[in-house]
Amino acid sequence: MSESESLRHTPLDGQHRALRARMVPFAGWSMPLQFAGIIEEHRAVRNHVGIFDVSHMGRLYVSGSDAASLLSRAGTYDARRLEPGQGHYSLLCQEDGGILDDFYVYRLAPNRFLVVVNSVNADRDRDQIRSLLEPAMDATVEDRQESTVMLALQGPRAIETLARVMGPEVPQGLPRRRCTEAQWQGEALFVSRTGYTGEDGFELVAAVEPGRALWEELVAAGAQPCGLGARDTLRLEAALALYGNDIDTTTNPWEAGLGWAVTLDDGAAFVGRAALETARSRVERRLSCLATAGPGIMRSGCAILHGGQQVGRVTSGGYSPTLEKSIAMGYLPSPLAAEGTNVEVEVRGKRLAARVVPRPFYRRPTARRSPSEPPVS
Amino acid sequence: MVVPPELRYTKEHEWARVEGSTATVGITDHAQDQLGDMVYLDLPKVGTTLHQLEKLGEIESVKAVSDIFSPLSGEVTDLNDEAVKSPELVNQDPYGRGWLVRLALSDDSEVDKLLTAEQYEALLAQEQGE
Repeated sequence: MSESESLRHTPLDGQHRALRARMVPFAGWSMPLQFAGIIEEHRAVRNHVGIFDVSHMGRLYVSGSDAASLLSRAGTYDARRLEPGQGHYSLLCQEDGGILDDFYVYRLAPNRFLVVVNSVNADRDRDQIRSLLEPAMDATVEDRQESTVMLALQGPRAIETLARVMGPEVPQGLPRRRCTEAQWQGEALFVSRTGYTGEDGFELVAAVEPGRALWEELVAAGAQPCGLGARDTLRLEAALALYGNDIDTTTNPWEAGLGWAVTLDDGAAFVGRAALETARSRVERRLSCLATAGPGIMRSGCAILHGGQQVGRVTSGGYSPTLEKSIAMGYLPSPLAAEGTNVEVEVRGKRLAARVVPRPFYRRPTARRSPSEPPVS
Repeated sequence: MVVPPELRYTKEHEWARVEGSTATVGITDHAQDQLGDMVYLDLPKVGTTLHQLEKLGEIESVKAVSDIFSPLSGEVTDLNDEAVKSPELVNQDPYGRGWLVRLALSDDSEVDKLLTAEQYEALLAQEQGE
C-alpha cells in the first residue's frame, strides 16, 4: 500500500489535484502544501484574499442543556460566558496543567456549540471531552469532521469576496470573533469572523456538497487557493501559536502569553485548573519573538544563545515574506525576554545574530488611509 | 520538467553549460520545483577552488535548505549577484537568469563524467517511479 493510500483525503482533494497542488502528508491527511507557490499565496492573503481548505481540522458539535457546563469543564475558557453568536479561543489541558491542544469554541445557540480542534489531536480531543460526560448530563458530542468541509477565507478582500458569493448581509454584518448560521443554496452554512493569518476573514463550515460548491465559487470570485505552507508563514508573522511547536504539555499558558484563554476568576472547575492556578505564579520564561538581520533561516529546534550559553530553543521559525527576513519564536528566561535583547541562533553550525522584537511581527493596517495621508511611521 | 539538451547534469540536480574551458553552473528545473520558493543563496567567494562534486554552497527555500555540489573542478570566477539579491530568479529561470557561479575549469575531461540531458531525464523518470 503506497503512502498516499493510507492517508485521509478531504472532500476537496479532487479540486486540489485539478489545480496541480503539491500534496504532502500532514497529521495523517494528504493536504496541499502549495498551489502557485508559498510566497505568492502569502502575499495574496496579505494584499487581496486567499482561501484554505482546513477540512482536516476536527469539528465537534456539542448539544444539550448541559453542553455549556460540559465545555466549561473541558476547556480553560468558561464556555458558559459565551452568548449565542460568540466564539473564544481556549485550551484543553491535562490534570497536571500540561496543554493537550488549543481550540476555538463557538456558541451557536443556548444549547449548541461548535468546537474546532487541531487535526493532529482531533480524535483524542473528542474522546477527552466525551470522557467528561456523566449519565445525568443532557449533552451529546457529535463528530462531524467526515460529513463537513471547512474553509478559511482570509485577507483584506475577504468581506467583498464572500459577499459576492452569499450576498452582503452576513459578511458585512458579522463583527470580529462572532459567528452565525446562515442559509446558502438551501443548506446550513456556519460563518465566523475568525482566522489564523492575522488578516480579516472568515471560517466557513458546510456539508460536503455545498462545501465543494462554496470552494469553487469563492475561487471563481477571486480567492487565491492557498496551502499549508502559506498557512504557516502567515500565522508565524502574526505570532500565533502552533500546537506541538509553541505550546505542548510542557508549556503553561502564561509563559506562552495565552493567559487570556484561561478563566480562573469565578470560572468552572476545568481539567487542570488546580495545576494552572499554581503555574500562573511560576512564569519563569516567556515565548518571545526573534528576528534576524541577515541571511539564513531560523527553524524549529535551533539553539538560542546568549553570552555564548544556550538559553532556549526555537519553537517555530521560518521566512517572513512580508519582512523579507527570518523570524522565529522561542521561550527565553524572563529577564532576557525584553524587547531589544541580542541573541544568537545556531543554524547548521553557524551563529546568526538575532534580536527580541515586539509581538506580533506583522499587524494588519487597521485604519484605511487615503492616498494623500502620510504613512504611519 | 525542462531539461535543455545542450547542458550536462549531475545526479544531485545541478547543470553545467560548458564553453571551452569555462562553465556556468546552476540547479535544474526539477530541483527548484522540489525546493519551492527560494529565499537565500549561500555561494562561495570568487577565487575559491572547487573539486568535482564538492559542496559549492547552499540554497534555501521557505521550506527547506539544500546543498549545491560543483559539477566540475575549477576556480570560481563569477557569482550571480542578481540571483543572490533576488533568489526567486532561480525558480523563475533556473537555466538562464538563475545561474549561480562561473568556473574556470581545471580539467576539461571531467565533463565526460557528467550526465547527458538524456541520462538526466532517465534519472528523473526513475526518481518519479520510486
